[in-house]
Order: sequence, then structure tokens, then C-alpha cells
Amino acid sequence: MILTLWLLALVFAQLSILAFGGGNAILPALQHQAVTVQHWVTADQFSAMFALAQAAPGPNMMIIPLLGWHVAGPMGLVVTCIAKFGPSSVITLYALKFWDRFKAHPFKSKLELTLKPITIGLVLSSAWLIAAASIQQNVLIAVVILTALLGLFKQIHPFYLMVLGAVFGMCFL
Amino acid sequence: MGAAMLNTDRLKKTPQTSQTMQKEMSHNPTSTQLFSGFMKLGLMGFGGVLPLAQHMLVEKQKWLTAAEFTDLLGICQILPGGNIINMAVAIGMRFQGIQGAISALLGLITAPTLIVIAMYQLYAQFQNIPIIQNMIAGLAAAAAGLLFATAFKMLKPIVKSIFILPSLVLTLVFMLWLKLPLALTLIILLSINLAILTIKKGT
Repeated sequence: MILTLWLLALVFAQLSILAFGGGNAILPALQHQAVTVQHWVTADQFSAMFALAQAAPGPNMMIIPLLGWHVAGPMGLVVTCIAKFGPSSVITLYALKFWDRFKAHPFKSKLELTLKPITIGLVLSSAWLIAAASIQQNVLIAVVILTALLGLFKQIHPFYLMVLGAVFGMCFL
Repeated sequence: MGAAMLNTDRLKKTPQTSQTMQKEMSHNPTSTQLFSGFMKLGLMGFGGVLPLAQHMLVEKQKWLTAAEFTDLLGICQILPGGNIINMAVAIGMRFQGIQGAISALLGLITAPTLIVIAMYQLYAQFQNIPIIQNMIAGLAAAAAGLLFATAFKMLKPIVKSIFILPSLVLTLVFMLWLKLPLALTLIILLSINLAILTIKKGT
């Protein structure tokens, strides 16, 4: 049990300091750790948990406390949250101290310019992984494409698109 | 909700002047107010709360001016961690120090965490019922579709950047096919992009 908690702390603290571009960017690495390396969940379970977390209110990545809970109960939840939100928050606080000096530094715009495309690649990887794990039947490809297009071109609240997916699943699978 | 979105859009188009930088705050929020303010924000959003954050922080609570919001978001986007999480920590710190930072962070994540755990426990009870399985499969497919939409939305403003093609191709190859560790992927790709930047400057 103690070992499990240490593993959770280690995995999530690492992801915390690497989470450039927020939660969606670390999803592939998180899935790899949780499914392939640590065997905490199967790929199907991971997708189901991600789907549940996205259907709940809150910031992105509520799958993080959920994984901690699934692996080690309430203690797992607490350890995971501290490990995931602690290190990046400490970095933020330190960075803000030096921000005024860094703001005008040419390296800042360089970093912005070069980091953004990588973040987009990581979010695309996340989308691909979740899609690959959740498309157990071919009709679901239609749901992925439809929600992607509606999300991109129409001003529909993401919650309704999630409802659309759920209802489609109940009616046509 | 619709009105709130419209307001946010309008505000984005307003030019940021140094004049708006002046403090408009009527009072400094206490740790309790930070907690409850970010709790409301956390509960309002689904799959990310960023679009609502500006409305809440700038217009409603007046904790930040529009220019400060844009500035802070810029910082939070390059730092590791979720944008809104970092923002909560930064705002909490500004008004009430470490205690405020912790209050704001806990405010943001506590209620959504309890809700998602409750949903998960409910799901665990009924996960063997076929219709529930189908519902979750549909939900996951929609969540994947929304992630694609998010990626394409981020791509749109910088689609012509010279970094886009190599970055996208290599990220996908490294993460999905070679399954390289994230740290290594980030280091290699950042080095490549910085090299491209230097070469381009040189010519």
C-alpha cells in the first residue's frame, strides 16, 4: 500500500513538471504509465474514466484524482492531487516572482513560438489514443467525427456534445 | 451562459491599453472568498473552465483587469500545469500569500473531485449493464471528438508557422508509435524547433 502511494506520487509529480500545455498534453504519457507500465487500469477503463471526468463539471483532467481514487482509495486521491498539482504550482509561484524581468526577455517569445506546436501535437496524440481505445465498434467513428466537427465549427457547449455521444451510444450500439 | 460567452468574446476584442492596468479592485478577497470564488468557477465549466474564467475573474469579481488577465494567462500557458490551476494559484498568492494560493486551488478542485468520484462509484455499480456500457462508449467517443476539436482550434491561428509540420509529425511518431518518454519528446522537439528558429534568423 505504501509502495503504491509512493508510485502514484512519483508518476504524478513527474507528469506535473512536464505538463507544458496543461492536462491534455500529458494524457498520452499518463495513459502509457497507468495502462502499460503500472497496470493500474486497462485502456478501456482509462477511456471510460476520461469520459466520465470530462462529463463532470470542473477544470480539465479530473481523471487525475479519479485514477488516484481507483488505485488506492481516499489516500490515493490525496497523494495524487498533491503530487500532480503541487510541483507545477510551486514552479508557477517562483516563475511569477521573476516574471517582470522575464516578460520582456526575447527567450519568452521564442519559447512561446516553439512550445505551442508541440503542445498541439500532444493534444492530437491524446485525441488519437482516447479515440482508438473507445472505438470498439465502427459506428463510434461517426460520433468522434461528428463531435469534432460540431465542436470546431458550431458554438455548441461541450456538455451537449457529450450528451449527444452518450445518447447515440445508448440508442445505436 | 450564452450572455456570458458573448461578453467574453467582446472583451477579447477590446484593445488592451495601459490605462486599464490601473487597479479597479474594490477590496482584496479573503482566503474564504478565494475558495468560494474558484469553487463557483470550477462548477460552472465542463471539460475546462477557461472560457468562463475571464468573465468571472475580470467582470464579476474584478480580481484582475482585462489586461492583467491576458498577461497572467500568457504566463500560465508557458508554465507546466493546467492554465486555470496555475491562474488560481497565482491569484490566491497575490491576495493572501501561500494560504490564499492553497485556498484558491482547493476551491477549484474540491467540488469537481467529489462529483467525479460520486459519478465513478455510480458507474462502478452499473458498469456490467449493457446499456450503461454503450452510454460510456458513446461518451468516450464524444470526449475524443472534443479533444480533436480542441487541437484543431489551437492549430488554426498558427497553422502557417514553419514549426507546425515537423512538430506535429514528430510528436505523433514519438508519443504514439515509438512511445518515447514525455520528457525526452519535449527535449528533442524543443531543440529541433529552437534550431529551426536559429537557422531561419541566420539566413
